[in-house]
Amino acid sequence: MKVSEPGSSRLVATLGLAGLLSGLIIVSVFEATLPTITAYKAKVLQEAVFKVLPGSTQLQRLVYRDGRLTPVEEVGKGEEFVFGGQDAQGVLVGYAIPGSGPGFQDTIRLLYGYQPKQRKVVGMEILESRETPGLGDKIYKDAEFVSNFDALSVEPEIVTVKRGAKAAPNEVDAITGATISSKAVVRIINQANQQWLQRF
Amino acid sequence: MPEKKQDAYQEFIKGLWRDNPVFVQVLGMCPMLAVTNSAMNALVMGGATFFVLVASSFFVSSLKNWIPKQVRISTYIIIIATFVTVTDFTLEALMPKVHKELGAFIPLIVANCMILGRQEAFAARNSVRFAVVDALGMASGFLFALFSLGAVRELLGEGALFGYKLFSENFEPWVIMILPPGGFITLGLLLLFFNWLKERKDRLAQQLDQMEIEAP
Repeated sequence: MKVSEPGSSRLVATLGLAGLLSGLIIVSVFEATLPTITAYKAKVLQEAVFKVLPGSTQLQRLVYRDGRLTPVEEVGKGEEFVFGGQDAQGVLVGYAIPGSGPGFQDTIRLLYGYQPKQRKVVGMEILESRETPGLGDKIYKDAEFVSNFDALSVEPEIVTVKRGAKAAPNEVDAITGATISSKAVVRIINQANQQWLQRF
Repeated sequence: MPEKKQDAYQEFIKGLWRDNPVFVQVLGMCPMLAVTNSAMNALVMGGATFFVLVASSFFVSSLKNWIPKQVRISTYIIIIATFVTVTDFTLEALMPKVHKELGAFIPLIVANCMILGRQEAFAARNSVRFAVVDALGMASGFLFALFSLGAVRELLGEGALFGYKLFSENFEPWVIMILPPGGFITLGLLLLFFNWLKERKDRLAQQLDQMEIEAP
């Protein structure tokens, strides 16, 4: 028995139908999971702000417009912003500044708390990174390294020193075996400082 | 043509052990080496692949009479990609931490040659029931292989399993085990072990044959 060849319209119809059904399924799953995913991302960010600014319980987004910091509800696309953290009475505790830059393997995104009165960094949290497991990932797994940023003077500039050599308030003990990742974190903070500190 | 009798148990055990997709067929090496630096990552990756393979095999086998053979590969890829995307979104919503660690490797399940291979070699030629059994076997085999590698690497590389420290403070973790070279070393040793098992079995079978010949 000879099997007849299916015409090209049949082939197009098959693929078109498969694509259509696949698209429908993907869109419905996307719509169903989107609220959970956005809520989780917002929660993570909020927790990070409260963590890097000890004592803060409320936050607002601030953008730099016309030479001053303005609180906004929605940050415009491409606009740079910081978080202002306030305590329960509404008194400003400090600013949480997002920063990002190249790490050892991929972009590191982080958030750090800054107290303008003491001119000090008071906390740092890595939001996103792809550093080497076991070495570079110590920038967030190693509590000792993270505690470097609990009371760190920003003047004249933050510098990395060999582990255990920290002597001045603006020095950070690097992680042994992950010097590049440690330096990347410090460089990101220094860059963001240059941009933001004069605005506070 | 005489119908070869199919046995569901044999089809299942084939994927899990005898023709294990990783240790015997050496397929799916990319996720195998990339995400097995901890037992948890390996388990979630194995679970995601499990779901995609079983669901795809079910649909490919059910629809095999409607898919013209000229466009079958494209159709299989559409089916596989749909399930991969669904898995990706679901994981991101339910297990955001693990999803972040696995990163690009969840979308890359689409390119896992084991999955497309099973559709073309098995699901498209067999009944729905056996296609699902075969997929269950292969997926379990893959999960088992990923987990063996992940468990060994986390145990030696961090001295822990699922994040729980198992050794005393005196244990110095072998950092190399969670880096790429550790993956290659562990995989090599496991392949060696499985080949040794197979050779031993063949040798025993041969000896048994000879004994039967000598003592009729």
